[in-house]
Amino acid sequence: MNEVTKIDGIGSSVRRTEDKKFLTGKGRYTDDINRPGQVQAYFLRSDVAHAEIKSIDTKAAQSAPGVVGVFTGSDIAADKVGGPICGWVVPCRDGSSTKEPPHPLLAQGKVRFVGDAVAVVVAETMEQAKSAAELIDVDYNELTPVVDFVSADKGAQIHEEVPNNCYFDWELGDESATNKAIESAAKVVKLSVRNNRLVPNAMEPRSALAEYDSLDESYTLHTTSQNPHLTRLVLAAFMFAIPESKLRVIAPDVGGGFGSKIYVYIEEAVCVWASKKIGRPVKWTADRTQAFLTDCHGRDHVNDVQLALDENNKIIGLRVDTVCNLGAYLSAFSVVVPTILHGTLLSGQYDIPTIYTNVKGMATNTVNVDAYRGAGRPEATYLLERTMETAAKEVGMDPAEFRRINFIPKDAFPYQTQVALQYDIGDYEPHLDKAMEMIDYSNFEKRRAEAAKRGMYRGIGMSSYIEACGLAPSAVVGALGGRVGQWESASVRVNPTGTISVFTGSHSHGQGHATTFAQIVADKLGIPMENVEVIHGDTDKTPFGMGSYGSRSLASGGSAISKAVDKIINKSKKIAAHLLEASEDDIDFKDGKFVVGGTDKEKAFGEIALAAYVPHNYPLETLEPGLEENAFYDPTNFVFPSGTHIAEVEIDPATGVVEVVDWAACDDFGNLVNPMIVEGQVHGGIAQGIGQALLEDAHYDENGQLLTASYMDYCMPRADDLPSFKVGYTNTPCTHNDLGVKGCGEAGAIASPPALINAVIDALSPLGVTDMSMPATPQKVWKAIQESQSVAAE
Amino acid sequence: MYSTKYIKPNSTSEALEAIKSMGEGKFLAGGMTLIPTLKQRLASPDGLVDISGCDLDSISDEGDAIKIGAMTKHASVAESGLVNKAIPALAKLADGIGDRQVRNRGTLGGSVANNDPSACYPSAVLALKAIVHTNTRSIEADEFFTGMFETALEENEIIEAISFSKPTRANYVKFPNPASRYAMVGVFVAQFNDGVRVAVTGAGEGGVFRHAEMEAALSSNYNADALSALEISSEGLISDLHASPEYRANLIKEMTKRAVA
Repeated sequence: MNEVTKIDGIGSSVRRTEDKKFLTGKGRYTDDINRPGQVQAYFLRSDVAHAEIKSIDTKAAQSAPGVVGVFTGSDIAADKVGGPICGWVVPCRDGSSTKEPPHPLLAQGKVRFVGDAVAVVVAETMEQAKSAAELIDVDYNELTPVVDFVSADKGAQIHEEVPNNCYFDWELGDESATNKAIESAAKVVKLSVRNNRLVPNAMEPRSALAEYDSLDESYTLHTTSQNPHLTRLVLAAFMFAIPESKLRVIAPDVGGGFGSKIYVYIEEAVCVWASKKIGRPVKWTADRTQAFLTDCHGRDHVNDVQLALDENNKIIGLRVDTVCNLGAYLSAFSVVVPTILHGTLLSGQYDIPTIYTNVKGMATNTVNVDAYRGAGRPEATYLLERTMETAAKEVGMDPAEFRRINFIPKDAFPYQTQVALQYDIGDYEPHLDKAMEMIDYSNFEKRRAEAAKRGMYRGIGMSSYIEACGLAPSAVVGALGGRVGQWESASVRVNPTGTISVFTGSHSHGQGHATTFAQIVADKLGIPMENVEVIHGDTDKTPFGMGSYGSRSLASGGSAISKAVDKIINKSKKIAAHLLEASEDDIDFKDGKFVVGGTDKEKAFGEIALAAYVPHNYPLETLEPGLEENAFYDPTNFVFPSGTHIAEVEIDPATGVVEVVDWAACDDFGNLVNPMIVEGQVHGGIAQGIGQALLEDAHYDENGQLLTASYMDYCMPRADDLPSFKVGYTNTPCTHNDLGVKGCGEAGAIASPPALINAVIDALSPLGVTDMSMPATPQKVWKAIQESQSVAAE
Repeated sequence: MYSTKYIKPNSTSEALEAIKSMGEGKFLAGGMTLIPTLKQRLASPDGLVDISGCDLDSISDEGDAIKIGAMTKHASVAESGLVNKAIPALAKLADGIGDRQVRNRGTLGGSVANNDPSACYPSAVLALKAIVHTNTRSIEADEFFTGMFETALEENEIIEAISFSKPTRANYVKFPNPASRYAMVGVFVAQFNDGVRVAVTGAGEGGVFRHAEMEAALSSNYNADALSALEISSEGLISDLHASPEYRANLIKEMTKRAVA
């Protein structure tokens, strides 16, 4: 465990300094910001899933009250503005590359999902813009919609560039060795699972406010982004062909993203374009319905799994064939999520000698599918941990023991998996043991019997997950098809009085960076945390950085800050040596003081800072004045958190209601900087995982209409759906970053769905139930119980 | 929402005058359904007549019944000493509607006049032999609900109060829709000297309805066991994403059992 070195240093559960403004309603979000002369944009969206546009008549809208502009795809095309791009592509089995159809900012001749933007109305007020949009007449020639992605290859072709509606057909691993292992196996466990489609539902809907300054021909965009620098790069270089220096992107307070705010969406680009066209600031904010219809969704896989076992129940091979739904257009990271972030995770915590996987990414007439908390890793963990549990039951072993005999042994690290990743470190039995202890696993059967007396079915289920986060290094990312680097930046500015301004390329949209990052700097410099200010989210202030996603901020962004602070300390030592008339080698830095070893001669950190900015007594001939350092940190590997979660449920057979009665989470996140914030991340992740497993399901009907487009039908987890979580940790510090840290943001959402579904199936196992799809709604569970009883009666 | 006129009169007679002065006017009670409908531009009335100033929010004991003003908020019903003493099941029902915000804005009259098939109150009106008092007449519960979102109310007729008969005992148990938390099935059971009434909400394609078989069974034996042998028909029950008619039929029986347990 972490040693608490200082009251507010690394390892201390400091209260989040940013919470005061958020909890008192003082957060400043994009929609809170208003500019003089601002107008409102409203997008007219397609209400059909797949159609050719025969004509658009905007005449009546143009002259409606308050309207300052009505634009369609042809206006965008005339100005040659490009659409959003795909940030990562993969090669196909047949040697071709991922098919990348264009994604126009406003529809060009065709609409491809309900919610596709057909026109934009800009007016003095939002109500005027909406009223004018109702006057636009679009004449559609409706085409057959493609909704079911498994059979999408047989459906009407959605893009000219995408034959059989297949964006890519990718593979990883050794197919012939894996098939041989399956053929020669003592037992092959087969399972088909579906990873249900989810709507991210960030609390703050997407919003953009664009302003054009005709004097210096530059734009300012406030937007709800997890990565403002990438947004600027894509908008400037790929969509508008303007110098980055002419576009400032600010992501102010952002109310949650979960992946859905990584990408550049068409609305922000249209606002930027329209702000110059109209010559006034243009604002757009989504309402909740638009968020349901147009934010990228998550998950939506089907996976066919074959797990080969030898006569000792050791795994000898794994084959997974996956089909996934990517929706109407290829979103920025839609390709990497089901491939590189999914296929490479299939070894889990297990020593598997051969693995093969094939993934087909399909186009459908539904909104784009991209990263959502966990992004590929929850899907991999779900299929693997469901299979592990099924295999254990089929071979008659306790699921914990079956996992244990297949774990990668502690002495095997670094461990090279058969699916490209090399785990630097891990130790899996301790978190399994600890989670079992936390939930009192050994007495479970007593609890099951006691519940049975009350007429309830009680079940227990576990999931031992591996997570790969802090995607890196850039060279490998590039080799795998990534079009961006995966480093992170930090700039640490020591102010003349010794206070610190930290500029980070990471972005906080709820994670608590202002606290965690300040703790790192305070701890390393031996100064109070209040002296450290963290600045993020503004391309004019922070160095180019990659933003926050994939649980990368601490491992990559925190490490960059740590490296910049190291440079500060090194330079400070030189200044201290001069002031103390000692050799640099004799200067020790401890508790905020530079001390000449073996003497009582010392200088406080603040004195060094002042000397750097008021260099009256300073080695100017060998050292520049000032005290500010940058670091760009490109990690040498992913970080690999792991853990075991165990869920316990009770099912009421009369209604099918599943109650989560207990939960033990034991995670190895390496060193913890702020255990309270980490625990919050674990809670939130599990809550989202419970949402996926029991409640949430994005459902399109056969016409491509999203039936679950509001909270009346889309079921979000609420506090009373959740138990009190038992959270514990083990620690194998990451070997390749200075802080020894891994990521914790997604682990809960990755670990929890299979643990919960395994528990549901275990509860119903006395009835002969062996499978249950997500979400395990009351109706579905009740039906499974009815069917098992009617089978028993026959 | 579309811009519209807003009037807040001080009496029902003024309210009636106001609505007659508009083409297509709407009475606004708590607005829990109407306001979201307006915000989504699904309705464009010529004007709104807010009846919250018409002094329609008193609760009184009428001997055999409790009379509740139409504009009484759910929270007031839930907290009322009179209601809790005479018909605790009704207070329990009111306390389970929506969330705290809804209970402090939504009204009895608004809910009953709207007759949403998944609203809680209509089941209490039907099970508790309520009389709906309007500005022109008194309507018996059995005559009031005429179909999903349909009632016996005529144009420009305002519910002023509802009198709920005091039962010898009663209970309301609902199974909430997991997403919306409206009643997916809600059952109000009320026992009177002349028999038991069972009203089911959330389940019927025609809105709230009485269940004759369960009423007969419980009238002879007010006990969950009395229902065991009953087969609940799924005919006419709502089918949606969350529940099939068969599942709803199961829940009707199960919630009724729980109500009398």
